[in-house]
Amino acid sequence: MKRVLAQAKVELILTLRRGESMLVTIGIPVGILAFFSLVDVLPHGSGKAVDFLVPGVLALSVISSAMTSLGIATGFERHAGVLRRLGTTPLGRGGLLAAKCIALLATVVVQVIAVVVVGYLLGWKPHGDPLLAAGLVVLGVLVFAALGFLLAGRLRAETNLAAANGLFLVFLLLGGIVVSMSKLPSGIASFSRALPAEPLATSLRDALGGSAVPIRALVTLAIWAVATSLVAVATFRWD
Amino acid sequence: MIHVSSLTKRYGALVAVDDVSFDVAPGELFVLLGPNGAGKTTTVEILEGLRKADDGTTIVLDAPAGSRAISSSVGVMPQESDLYAGIKTAEALRLFASFYDDPEDPDALMERFDLDRVRKTNYRRLSGGEKRRLSLAIAIVGRPKVVFLDEPTAGMDVEGRATTWSIVDELKQRGTTIMLTTHLLDEAERVADRVGILHRGKLVALGSPSQLTSGRSTELTFSGDADVDTEALGAAIGARVARAAKGVYRVANMPPTPRLVSDVTKWFASRDLLVRRLDVGPRSLEEFYLEVTR
Repeated sequence: MKRVLAQAKVELILTLRRGESMLVTIGIPVGILAFFSLVDVLPHGSGKAVDFLVPGVLALSVISSAMTSLGIATGFERHAGVLRRLGTTPLGRGGLLAAKCIALLATVVVQVIAVVVVGYLLGWKPHGDPLLAAGLVVLGVLVFAALGFLLAGRLRAETNLAAANGLFLVFLLLGGIVVSMSKLPSGIASFSRALPAEPLATSLRDALGGSAVPIRALVTLAIWAVATSLVAVATFRWD
Repeated sequence: MIHVSSLTKRYGALVAVDDVSFDVAPGELFVLLGPNGAGKTTTVEILEGLRKADDGTTIVLDAPAGSRAISSSVGVMPQESDLYAGIKTAEALRLFASFYDDPEDPDALMERFDLDRVRKTNYRRLSGGEKRRLSLAIAIVGRPKVVFLDEPTAGMDVEGRATTWSIVDELKQRGTTIMLTTHLLDEAERVADRVGILHRGKLVALGSPSQLTSGRSTELTFSGDADVDTEALGAAIGARVARAAKGVYRVANMPPTPRLVSDVTKWFASRDLLVRRLDVGPRSLEEFYLEVTR
C-alpha cells in the first residue's frame, strides 16, 4: 500500500505539472461552463443555462480526466517503456493500475470542486441527491477510464492522442453536455444514447435536478463499464 | 542463481532465441555477447519477466523468472526504457526507492552517479548519458541480489562508462550476481567471470574469457593490407591462411614456429608489403568472437 500511495502521489504531481492535462481537465470544462452560462447562445431548452450546464460539465470533466488525460499519458508512458519498467519492480502492474486509479479519483475530486464552485458563483441551484450524483460520477470514471486504457493499451501513442481528443469532441457535441438532446436529429440522438457520454450527462442532470434517473441510462452505462473493462484487460499491452 | 535451460523464443517465423541453456552462479558476473539481433535482449528480457518464453525453463533466485515473489531482489536496467517526461531526477530515484524495504539512500546514489547537478531537472531535459546513469541507479536502488543490465554503457561517454564499470565492480564486491549484455569486447574480457556468445539465437560459446581464448592451440595472427592474397601466401608457406577480420589474418592449423614467422615475413618482404602486427600469443576474445559469429 505504501508503494501504491507513493506511485499515486507522483502520478498526481505529474498530472498537475502537465499544462495540457490541466487545460483539458479543468480549463476546458470550467471555461465551457462559464462561457455558455454567461453568453446565451445555446439551444438548451427551458430553464437557466447554468442549471442545464453544470451536470453536463461534470460529465465532461469525468471524460476529460479519465479518458483523455489519463489515456493519453498512459499511451505515451507505454510507448516510452515506463509501464514495463514499473511492472518489474515490487510495485507491479496491479500496484501501478491501483495508483493510477487513486490519482484519477483525486483529480476528479478537484474537478468536481472547481465545477461546483464556479456553478454556484454563476447562480446554479441544485436540488437533487448529491450522493446519487457522486455514485454516478464514480460509475462514469470507471467507464471512461476503461475506455482510455483500452485505447492507450493498443494504439500507437500518437494515434491514441488523436483518438482520445477526437472522442472527447464527439462526446462534448453529441453527449447532451452543451447541446440538449432534443435539438439533435433523431437518428443522431438515438446513436448518441447508445454511447456512454449521454447516459452519464442525462442521469447526472436528473440526479441533480431532483428527477428519477432513467434506468435506460444506468443500464447503458453498466454495459459500457463491463464491456470496456473486459476488452481493456484482454487487449492491454504493457509495451 | 540464474538457471536457463532449453530457452526458446519465436517472433513469427523468426527464432530469436533457439534452445539456449546456461547457469549463472551466485556472485558471478556473466556477460552475454553477440551481434545485433543475436537474441541477447530477448534472453535478458525473458529473465526480467518482460517477455514470455515459448519454451524452456528460466529460474531466477529459485523462482520462475519474472515472478512477483522475487521482484524486490531483482534489479533491472532495460536497454530501451524512458521514464515520465516530466519527472525530476530526484523524484524518480525516490519513487523507485520507495518500492523497496531497505533501499539505498537516493541522495548518496545521485552523488555517486554524478547526477547531483541535475537532481531537479526534468527527465526530458537530461542528456543521453544522464538518462542511462539514472536508469542504472534505479536498477540498484533496491539493493538487489541479482541485477540485469542490458547494454549498460550504450550511449555513455568515456567518464560515464568508467563510472558504470566501477559501480559494477562495487556490486560484484558486495556479492551481487550480475548478468549484462554488451558489444564492447575488451570491457567484457576485462570484467566477466564467464561469457556466453549468442549468434542467430544460438549459444555458440560459453566459458571464462581465458578458457575461450587460450583453451585451444595458439596460432599465428597478423595484420596487413585489406587485400592480402591469402591463397598465394598460403601456397608459399604451405598452410591455409584465413581472413579473421578486415586486414586481420590467421594461419590455420599450423603451430607458430620460428620458421613459420620467418616464412610469412619473407613473403611480405618479397612483395614489398608491410606486416603491421604479428602475434603468436593466444587469441583475443575479439578474435574468438569474430570467428564464432561469422
